[in-house]
Amino acid sequence: MQTKPITATAPAGVAHQPLPHESAPLHVSGGATYIDDIAEAAGTLHAALGLSERAHARLVGLDLSAVRAAPGVRDVIVAADIPGENDCGPIVHDDPILADGCVQYLGQPIFAVIADSHAEARRAARLARVDYEDLPATLTPQQAHREQSYVLPPLRLTRGDAQAALQAAPFRLRGEFYVGGQEQFYLEGQISYALPQEGGAMHLWCSTQHPTEMQQVLAHALNLPAHAITVAVRRLGGGFGGKESQSALFAAVAAIAAQRLQKPVKLRLDRDDDMLITGKRHCFHYDYEAAYDSTGRILALRVVMVTRAGFSADLSGPVATRAMCHVDNAYYLSDVDIRAFCGKTNTQSNTAFRGFGGPQGAILIEHVIDSIARSLGRDPLDLRKLNYYGAPPRDVTPYGQRVEDNVIAQITADLEKSSDYEARRAQAVEFNRASPILKKGLAFTPVKFGISFNVAHYNQAGALVHVYTDGSVLVNHGGCEMGQGLHTKVAQVVAAELGLPLARVRATSTDTSKIANTSATAASTGADLNGMAAQQAAARVRARLAEFTAARYGGTPQQVYFADDCVSVGGQRFAFADIVQQAYQARVQLWADGFYATPKLHWDKKALQGHPFYYYAYGAAVSEVLVDTLTGEWKLLRADLLHDAGNSINPAIDLGQVEGGFIQGMGWLTLEELWWNEAGRLMTHSPSTYKIPAVHDCPADFRVRLFPNRNVENTVLRSKAVGEPPLLLAFSVFFALRDAIASLAEQRINPPLDAPATPEAIMRAVAAVRMAAI
Amino acid sequence: MKLNVNGQALAANVPGDMPLLWVLRDHLNLTGTKYGCGIGQCGACTVHLDGAPVRACLTPAAEAVGKKVLTIEGAADTPRGRAVQAAWEKLNVVQCGYCQSGQIMSAIALIESNPVPTELDIDAAMAGNICRCATYQRIRAAILEAAAAPRG
Repeated sequence: MQTKPITATAPAGVAHQPLPHESAPLHVSGGATYIDDIAEAAGTLHAALGLSERAHARLVGLDLSAVRAAPGVRDVIVAADIPGENDCGPIVHDDPILADGCVQYLGQPIFAVIADSHAEARRAARLARVDYEDLPATLTPQQAHREQSYVLPPLRLTRGDAQAALQAAPFRLRGEFYVGGQEQFYLEGQISYALPQEGGAMHLWCSTQHPTEMQQVLAHALNLPAHAITVAVRRLGGGFGGKESQSALFAAVAAIAAQRLQKPVKLRLDRDDDMLITGKRHCFHYDYEAAYDSTGRILALRVVMVTRAGFSADLSGPVATRAMCHVDNAYYLSDVDIRAFCGKTNTQSNTAFRGFGGPQGAILIEHVIDSIARSLGRDPLDLRKLNYYGAPPRDVTPYGQRVEDNVIAQITADLEKSSDYEARRAQAVEFNRASPILKKGLAFTPVKFGISFNVAHYNQAGALVHVYTDGSVLVNHGGCEMGQGLHTKVAQVVAAELGLPLARVRATSTDTSKIANTSATAASTGADLNGMAAQQAAARVRARLAEFTAARYGGTPQQVYFADDCVSVGGQRFAFADIVQQAYQARVQLWADGFYATPKLHWDKKALQGHPFYYYAYGAAVSEVLVDTLTGEWKLLRADLLHDAGNSINPAIDLGQVEGGFIQGMGWLTLEELWWNEAGRLMTHSPSTYKIPAVHDCPADFRVRLFPNRNVENTVLRSKAVGEPPLLLAFSVFFALRDAIASLAEQRINPPLDAPATPEAIMRAVAAVRMAAI
Repeated sequence: MKLNVNGQALAANVPGDMPLLWVLRDHLNLTGTKYGCGIGQCGACTVHLDGAPVRACLTPAAEAVGKKVLTIEGAADTPRGRAVQAAWEKLNVVQCGYCQSGQIMSAIALIESNPVPTELDIDAAMAGNICRCATYQRIRAAILEAAAAPRG
């Protein structure tokens, strides 16, 4: 794709400005419409799901007579009632919509009740009599690994000869580490609203990050061609990955019921059902061995990662692949042997969550470096800098991609200075010397995050730009707005291309009947992909208007200038709307499509080698914590974040992503604990027992900046993707906690601290350090 | 059942034990108030009863009879409500927006009862309103901004 002369023609007033979210006035007045706010069509019925009470069992009896007889019930649907394929798996077809013959986790939907009201459907769903014949259940990934039970074949990424390097190395470190999973906890739960259309077609409103996949799942389940299914969504009340594949089951149930009854059917999950049914971020267990020299340079790394996939494959393969491609984080690792096993467990099928395995891969190497530093009596930051990617040959990732846009050294230098790291390190040591119970901890952690879907063909997008005769502009594209400000950014791109104020441009609902065959809004790529497609569509209209203006008023099309809501050529200036009106009358096409496919990408998924990422986003963070070593309670005192969003399209939105991603990552690593009982029942299935960060968890001193940069690759307006990478900045909180605990033994002992670092986990690590220090 | 919602006398034919949330959303078509968890733990359904913030998902409709119900749709009816909305917009607080009706209603109630809140006051008053996008930094700043805004 050629470089566009965007900076030559775009007014500075739209691109790169901290403009408000396009829905801000609606958000603050209650006027923003989510799926459940859409006015219900007459005769709308409501669905609820009957869930498995066992982790793994044969279904030997299913008596639904009481369910059918309950007040308000119109229909009950089981697997046999599905007209097409009973599957909603995104890649592997191992994900039943409704359990058929056996249940594979506690919470798995077995049947659906359709009733006049939501409450009647939910009450009736409790009346089923289900007879189970229990089967052995695998409830932990470690158990699955022992049983060699996986949802996908194991993966292995190697470079050099890790075994030889380990044997030859002067120093070795062996260890285990565990990082827990995380519930997405989108505040708007899963919801689908299906409306039958004429001729057997179906329209579905669905809170999803992937309308096209919903369309495909519905087509298969309903036995209809894709053209008979329309899926649309204006905005999501949060997605975070949890509505990439896992909105499909609910979409399918609503649509199957709507097709059977020829009535509109809505399925809005209760919060507890949502948490019991849907998959979460994968937890990871690591068994590793690292080799290093006396300076702290890493010479080799061998790691076995075992993750909780749940009962089906879902997106576990790509998640594990991204984890393996992020074990390096910002560091050059010459000899590696990285293995990943997706353990099949009788629990919810784990899925995408902001970072998609990237955080789980990268935190391992941070744990290793943090541990080596303590073993050598060095500041971990010194070792981080020593091991960063650098000049050739230290610039090639284990998967064979050259790191060509590395700014981690500049970011580190900037943040080290602005955060006053060195002085605060000394102050923390001083404080801890005088404070036997309350201990301070400080940590600096970097981020390098690969941008693009690992699967090359997902990296495509389309857009439509319509210019109406009054000069107003509508843009539609394949991405979903879930709070990340995608529609605002895309509208900015279109407005910049046409030289218009933002108020002229409106972004509309994502809709499979407008843009076909879209990719999920995921992998942080929403603005990169859809912004480029929309820019191309707007550029096409602009080119036609330029040609028309030049023909009518003189000059060449290249001399026609679009800015400040006007079109200018040869000293003449016209209102944009006037030129549009004239062009319409001259029968100029005033709408256009745009298409974008990310260049340079290739990936060998067997060898795990190639160029899976178009570029990298970078960042770094410094966190300072205060830990009460008698209770395990702690406080984040200060956090300094510096993040690379390239030439940000909208700094206000991007800073919000950095702030929010950091806090969300902190929740993952410190607060949020998923806990299943011996029967395999997720006990943390509501906000009463599953705690995400609240306002008081945020640091009083929170300094967040964007690193001034410009993407070396030709991305939209030279910006960088920003959705996921900042989540990894929260590593600094976790390692600051570890630092504080290690201060109990003057940093001589590596605290055995796993994530989430809850007060209980902190107390265990405190006790271990105290014991070891005796 | 007769209710006073956002200064309007409205009637709804609902049982007294129906949670106010569903009366507002399903019977009075006031969908700005959101369902988040149904157990009073997330704050997305926060509305005011006689000026005090309550969780509409746990408040029986009968309890609202004879009281003034204020929802996000009526937030702009008071100077402080408008100041909070303006601060929210100015500081670009919102990401996905789903929890923000509740956040704003809690913020208005805080400033009505405590016109000069400290950061600690804000943390205490807003602790029951969770935001998965984690817009908290800006929520704090917007409340301070709204509290400092000239009245009128």
